[in-house]
Amino acid sequence: MNITVTINGTRHTGEVLPDLPLLDFLRGQGCLSVKRGCETSNCGLCTVWLDGAPVLSCGVLAVQADGRAITTLEGLQEEAAQFGAFLADEGGEQCGFCAPGLIMTVLAMARELDDPGEDEIRAYLAGNLCRCSGYQSQLRAIQKYLAWRKEER
Amino acid sequence: MGYVNSRIRKKDAMGLVTGKPVYTSDLISKNALVVKLLRSPHAHALVERIDTKAALLIPGVVAVYTWEDVPRSRFTTAGQTYPEPSPYDRLILDRRLRCAGDPVAIVAAESQEAALKALRLIKVDYQVLEPLLDFTQALDNPILVHPEEDFRPLCPVGADNRRNLCSASSFETGDVEEVFAKCDLVLERTYRTKANNQAMMETFRTYSYLDEYGRLTVVSSTQVPFHVRRILSNALEIPKAQIRVIKPRIGGGFGAKQSVVSEQFSAFVTLKTGRPACIIYTREESMTNGSPRHQMELRARIGADREGLIRAIDLYALSNAGAYGDHGPTTIGLAGHKSLSLYGGLEAARFTCDVVYTNTMGAGAYRGYGATQGIFAVESAVNEVAAALNLDPCTIREKNMVAQGQTMPTYYNEPCNSCALDRCMARAKELMDWERKYPARKLDNGHIRAVGVAMSMQGSGISGVDIASVEIRLGDGGFYTLLVGCTDMGTGCDTILAQMAADCLDCSIDQIAVRGVDTDQSPYDTGSYASSTTYVTGMAVVKTCQELREKILAAGARLLGVSPERAEFDGGRVFLPADGREVSLTAIGEAGVMGDSRALSATQAHSSPISPPPFMVGMAEIDLDPDTGEVDVVDYVAVVDCGTVVNPNLATVQTEGGIAQGIGMALYEDIQYSPQGQPRNNSFLQYKIPTRLDLGKIRVAFESSYEPTGPFGAKSIGELVINTPAPAIANAVANATGLFFRELPIKAEDIALGLARRDGG
Repeated sequence: MNITVTINGTRHTGEVLPDLPLLDFLRGQGCLSVKRGCETSNCGLCTVWLDGAPVLSCGVLAVQADGRAITTLEGLQEEAAQFGAFLADEGGEQCGFCAPGLIMTVLAMARELDDPGEDEIRAYLAGNLCRCSGYQSQLRAIQKYLAWRKEER
Repeated sequence: MGYVNSRIRKKDAMGLVTGKPVYTSDLISKNALVVKLLRSPHAHALVERIDTKAALLIPGVVAVYTWEDVPRSRFTTAGQTYPEPSPYDRLILDRRLRCAGDPVAIVAAESQEAALKALRLIKVDYQVLEPLLDFTQALDNPILVHPEEDFRPLCPVGADNRRNLCSASSFETGDVEEVFAKCDLVLERTYRTKANNQAMMETFRTYSYLDEYGRLTVVSSTQVPFHVRRILSNALEIPKAQIRVIKPRIGGGFGAKQSVVSEQFSAFVTLKTGRPACIIYTREESMTNGSPRHQMELRARIGADREGLIRAIDLYALSNAGAYGDHGPTTIGLAGHKSLSLYGGLEAARFTCDVVYTNTMGAGAYRGYGATQGIFAVESAVNEVAAALNLDPCTIREKNMVAQGQTMPTYYNEPCNSCALDRCMARAKELMDWERKYPARKLDNGHIRAVGVAMSMQGSGISGVDIASVEIRLGDGGFYTLLVGCTDMGTGCDTILAQMAADCLDCSIDQIAVRGVDTDQSPYDTGSYASSTTYVTGMAVVKTCQELREKILAAGARLLGVSPERAEFDGGRVFLPADGREVSLTAIGEAGVMGDSRALSATQAHSSPISPPPFMVGMAEIDLDPDTGEVDVVDYVAVVDCGTVVNPNLATVQTEGGIAQGIGMALYEDIQYSPQGQPRNNSFLQYKIPTRLDLGKIRVAFESSYEPTGPFGAKSIGELVINTPAPAIANAVANATGLFFRELPIKAEDIALGLARRDGG
């Protein structure tokens, strides 16, 4: 099937198989930050934005993205580095494999929730698994980033 | 400069957080063949006949290989120093299938779609055999997992394939029975731990190709590049000289990647076809045919006097190797050495063990490596002795814990050079407010808040076996290249080694470029496992820097036209204190690349005759709902003695992550099988690892001893930190309910049923 999508601000038109997951389509387009961690939509590693809202790209078909705008970490480099610096200062990125999906979700949360508390943060990010960190350092980084962001505005 | 013991950002951090393509699957060329495995639906079977004709007709399918196509030499996939203690019991593909999911055929195709289609069209006739699934019935069972004649143990580990025995051993110090006879109390209890998956976020994966010299190049997500080279040489029957292994960034390992799991399939396809090839395990494959923790049953007998002095411990451990013996003989040893040695005053101790084969997934290395299982048993038994004597579980430990200056007879007679376990206990009690919270209190909502405690130790590398070599070069810009063969798998070892080098060379950490690992270019290192990297490779860095400093001083002195004795090197320059003349490091580096035949490079190897244990105390505070049995770990206090803390950020995150994995192991992680031996947990839907919502507070503190044989006084941390949650949480549950749970995981329903039974329900 023929689809036209906007990836990180650039229009792409191409032929895709009807059962191609958006995840595989995006990696094929060079968006290698998007990672696969499971086959059951459980891990959050493949999180991207579809029209600005976070989705699991393993659970969305490429054809469903036809006519829509997709954002990956490649398109959010400045913000990724801003939040990422807080994560790095806590040592919370560890192996880094879950980081792109986590950061896509954190940046979406920062837009969506005003001043979220600890429980709200945990709940918003519940679908983003990490096996290295035990999540504590990530929570510290998120809270510091949100405080910094508030001051910046 | 003081980089050691400071919170340095990981050198690769910003690359990782901005999503740079640095992992194995990001590096695969577009023309690589996609490799998929046809896996056995049966736990035990023989391949009678395979028909691959239809599969080969699928457009894009390049090859289908069966057991008849692969080399016939048995090997082990365990990443260990040669001669490996793990028996040579594997082939790339075998006619005998020993667990559900054992590979039956290898498909190589131009696309994933074609490969998957081919898998469906391979016709296999199986002779289905009765599986041996219960490891407590495996020894001398008429069903043999490895009846083959060419089963081959390289080391005397007590293996006997005619008895389903992967290994058997024992040791004793003193006379256990004699001491038991004199004890006021001898308690005997049996504990059970389960197989657990490491569940690292990046599944097993490998990309291979023939390079411009025609050599096999293997890019793989591995903790043991040099062992992979040897194992592939064994498996493929080609010389090591023909193989190059590259480790890019790794998405977590936790021991899983201390075995060759995916490498052999991709490499075999590349050798046969001459084409680049790649294999990426699905989560299901990683969960069901990975290299999980050994399931164990441990019987502890423990003797004490009335005052709570522990006098003797006798531990028997039975371990389930599963279908293959990877890490079987060695994990079991730690179950004894690294649990009994927590207690310094034992008059006698005995450890006996058997490791048996069954038709379940072959186990491997998982963080803690047997110590985790042994510590669950011994620490739980000590808690039961404390309860029987009406003693606070902290008090009994304070009376008996190992102390600095002792010799550890159950730990290879090694000296305890550095130990702050007493301070760890005092600090943990203070942080947890133990005196006030112990043992339990009832909340207004009917829930019970209770606390529990456990201690842990591990090693720092394998004594007299692990080797790390390091090379450091001075470049013409006055910067250093630090070449290492150990594998940063997210832990940050590239960074902490650079911290050490920067302090040794008196320079900025930004002046040090770290590069690992490419077996053609990196100096030899056994790899990152056995908690070896900080301690063993770190010491190699210190030694290498000392040698390089002398060379730099000599080079600078030459440029100044004086003997080195008259000059000094301060990291930035070589100078003469006498008259103030100097030459900068940059100038020395530049002189080194023009008309000079003396390389400004140093390399040193390091191996340690001892493996100094790090120690810790873990305390859990739980919230237990007596109606449902649900346990929430609301607070966890971990106080760690890893010697000098090289990077407090990274050590803290290691601890927090280890505690989280330990909580999963304590409360819900359990690899289960159907009565026919099919794995039941093949995804994150059935194999639950902790999410953000499952964990409460984890608080980490350090009480440092100073290890005189370690770099800057450091010991290890990576594995130590997974061992306390299971026994500490079991202790908290006992303090809440009066019930001792001796089998992991401690499930809510078991607690609820136990309470109903206790209350006569």
